Amino acid sequence: MAQAHAAAADKYYIPHSSPWPIIGSASLFVLMFGVIAYLNEWLPLWVMLPGFALLIFMFVGWFSTVIGESQKGMYNLSVDRSFRMGMIWFIFSEVMFFAAFFGALFYARSLAVPWLGGEGTKIFTHALNWPSFENAWPTNGPANVGPRADGSFEIIPAFGLPAINTLILLTSGVTVTIAHHALRAGHRVMLNTFLFLTVALGFLFVYLQGVEYHHAYTELGLKLSTGIYGSTFFMLTGFHGFHVTLGAIMLLVIWFRTMRGHMTPERHFAFEATAWYWHFVDVVWLGLFIFVYWV
Amino acid sequence: MATTQAHTAADHDHHDHKPHGIGRWLYATNHKDIGTMYLVFACIMFFVGGTMALIIRAELFQPGLQFVDPAFFNSMTTMHALVMIFGAVMPAWTGLANWMIPMQVGAPDMALPRLNNFSFWILPFAFTLLLATLFVPGGAPAGGWTMYPPLVLQTGDAFPFLIFAIHLMGASSILGAINVVVTVMNMRAPGVGLLNMPLFVWTWLITAYLLIATMPVLAGAVTMLLTDHFFGTTFFAASGGGDPVMFQHIFWFFGHPEVYILILPAFGIISEIIPAFSRKPLFGYGAMVYASASIAFLSFIVWAHHMFTVGMPLAGQLFFMLSTMLIAIPTGVKVFNWTATMWRGSLTFEAPMLFALSFLFLFTIGGFSGLMLAIVPADFQYQDSYFVVAHFHYVLVPGAVFAIMAAVYFWLPKWTGNMYNTALAKWHFWLSTIGVNILFFPQHFLGLAGMPRRIPDYATQFTDWNMVSSVGAFIFGFSQLMFPYIIWKCVKGGEKIGNRAWEGARGLEWELPSPAPYHSWEEAPSRELIARGAQH
Repeated sequence: MAQAHAAAADKYYIPHSSPWPIIGSASLFVLMFGVIAYLNEWLPLWVMLPGFALLIFMFVGWFSTVIGESQKGMYNLSVDRSFRMGMIWFIFSEVMFFAAFFGALFYARSLAVPWLGGEGTKIFTHALNWPSFENAWPTNGPANVGPRADGSFEIIPAFGLPAINTLILLTSGVTVTIAHHALRAGHRVMLNTFLFLTVALGFLFVYLQGVEYHHAYTELGLKLSTGIYGSTFFMLTGFHGFHVTLGAIMLLVIWFRTMRGHMTPERHFAFEATAWYWHFVDVVWLGLFIFVYWV
Repeated sequence: MATTQAHTAADHDHHDHKPHGIGRWLYATNHKDIGTMYLVFACIMFFVGGTMALIIRAELFQPGLQFVDPAFFNSMTTMHALVMIFGAVMPAWTGLANWMIPMQVGAPDMALPRLNNFSFWILPFAFTLLLATLFVPGGAPAGGWTMYPPLVLQTGDAFPFLIFAIHLMGASSILGAINVVVTVMNMRAPGVGLLNMPLFVWTWLITAYLLIATMPVLAGAVTMLLTDHFFGTTFFAASGGGDPVMFQHIFWFFGHPEVYILILPAFGIISEIIPAFSRKPLFGYGAMVYASASIAFLSFIVWAHHMFTVGMPLAGQLFFMLSTMLIAIPTGVKVFNWTATMWRGSLTFEAPMLFALSFLFLFTIGGFSGLMLAIVPADFQYQDSYFVVAHFHYVLVPGAVFAIMAAVYFWLPKWTGNMYNTALAKWHFWLSTIGVNILFFPQHFLGLAGMPRRIPDYATQFTDWNMVSSVGAFIFGFSQLMFPYIIWKCVKGGEKIGNRAWEGARGLEWELPSPAPYHSWEEAPSRELIARGAQH
């Protein structure tokens, strides 16, 4: 029973009351209500702005608090471990979110479209509704759903911009690893340089995706509404692009922090968590490149 | 009853600086405060969802249309399910996890306290969105809680409310589950090994993994619904190469593990209560852990048994039939072990034990009807009938809900320091158990006789059993009003209890004073305490 009274720094830090969670949930509510009001055509697009602004305010406030506590040394190794586990399982939940959309892609390609083409147990859908439809991929379905009058569309070849984007993301994975090694070795200049390179590559990727989307929308007849191909293509690459944008912003924040001397060779959870996140978007991209663009 | 742990009481009294006023709840970081908010929220939603159920049963008392129009009736079935699943049962489990897990593993609090408050406060906002749909043009969602397209795409202005409410509930569940995983994996006191944890902690840990793996899939599915409705995608439209059946696959990939999300913590509760009132250690602790893990694994490979009649290849039907039946094995292990725990035990029948025993018998009935539904050719007859309604209400009401009530009656003295009115609690138990059987047992007969679900009117030959069922519904529904009354009286006062409210109760939470101190284990419990608390 004689347990030495632990020193404050050894204790697991339990924050005492914080306004940020309630601000966060309220801002989510305002944002969601804004999106609903826009989708139901009750109010124009600007109705999303207040929720968005509140959400950014919450993130800035919440993370400032946590960074401040971290800089004061209030987090011991056990708190650090909690953060790590939390981040890992958060990334796993993101993986499962993408799994739903990959699942839709695989289901459509290997089951739904072949069935519509007359294979397997669903032959009557083909025979009665669309006898002339043949199983093929890419497809916008038996009704040729899409923006062009003749229902045709073109796709983006894998070995053009997407291959360049693959190289960019893979390179950024290398640069962030070099930055991590530099951080652990205490080479701050190299850390800042390679972290900046990673951020730049991240935003370059997002920019090139934008160029690709513009090309698809204006010239290829490939839109979100171009049947199942357009649906899976834009939802997968779109959510991925959104995550890359988030990851690049996170890296940017970490870069600002390393420039101000935050992160030590031993303790740099924020850096590592962001790097994990970055590798996650990288791996998702490889899946996209192979299954959406290439095969 | 209990030996008072004077030193722990003294240690903890110094730290009981509770924040005051509304800020205590809005800005909460304390696991007990957040747990209380979850439980109160779940209780409110239980009565909101229950009111909807009584509207359904009132309408079905007689054939013909009496009280509500068919669209509103369909809204009631849809909303009742969403409110009960996401608003009552899941938050009740998270509330119990918040209260109990830190106490049971010897931790000062949950691992990520601010995130904990975030996951709670998302819920009232999510349900504001969901319940607001009752008042928007076109009415509340009426296509069933499973949201099958193309029907759900016909929902009026309520549609985006539904989708974003689901997104928010999912976010809340994921964040809450991450907190549970991190707390269990990182916050256990030295000496509390993984195979040393109470089963409630174990089953919740497994539940948390299920939540993290499946809630994002639901988010993906409803996102596809949203884009199909508003942005011209054709995930679920055959004209564009999609498939409405694909939604059912993605939905049930979430939906079946969700069933175990609702029931696994109940298994944990029952595994705590039966040993306590049998004054024997749990029979086969290890087997219970492995059975829970097996059930969780199997839950990922059985989803298509919800959709046998939509048409799928024969190999698919066989696979999903057999994998579903496999679940009976670990579940049978559990029922056997609970029974074996009572064998030659020194049994007493206090309120928590009564609810646990009721669970044991009635949940097993639900399990058996589940096996019947797993058989493909039989399922073709039962699909979308009242037999299905009877099946899942048996596993969810005398299953999950009774386990929640058992848990509250088990731990309420620990939370408040007072014993509740045990006579009234027994009245609550008997009225609930009798009511629930009058309510749901006749629905088996109705289903087998061919009465379809989700219909406000029915052929006259179904009248008798529908009347019986509705009478049971009102007995069950109104007797639930006793529950908050008993809790409220207990919070206000009652016979003081020692550390150990129940003679046979084991576990670290019973080594803490009653009421439990504001911060649970600021000093990690000693090895002696852990050894004494060990349940097996």
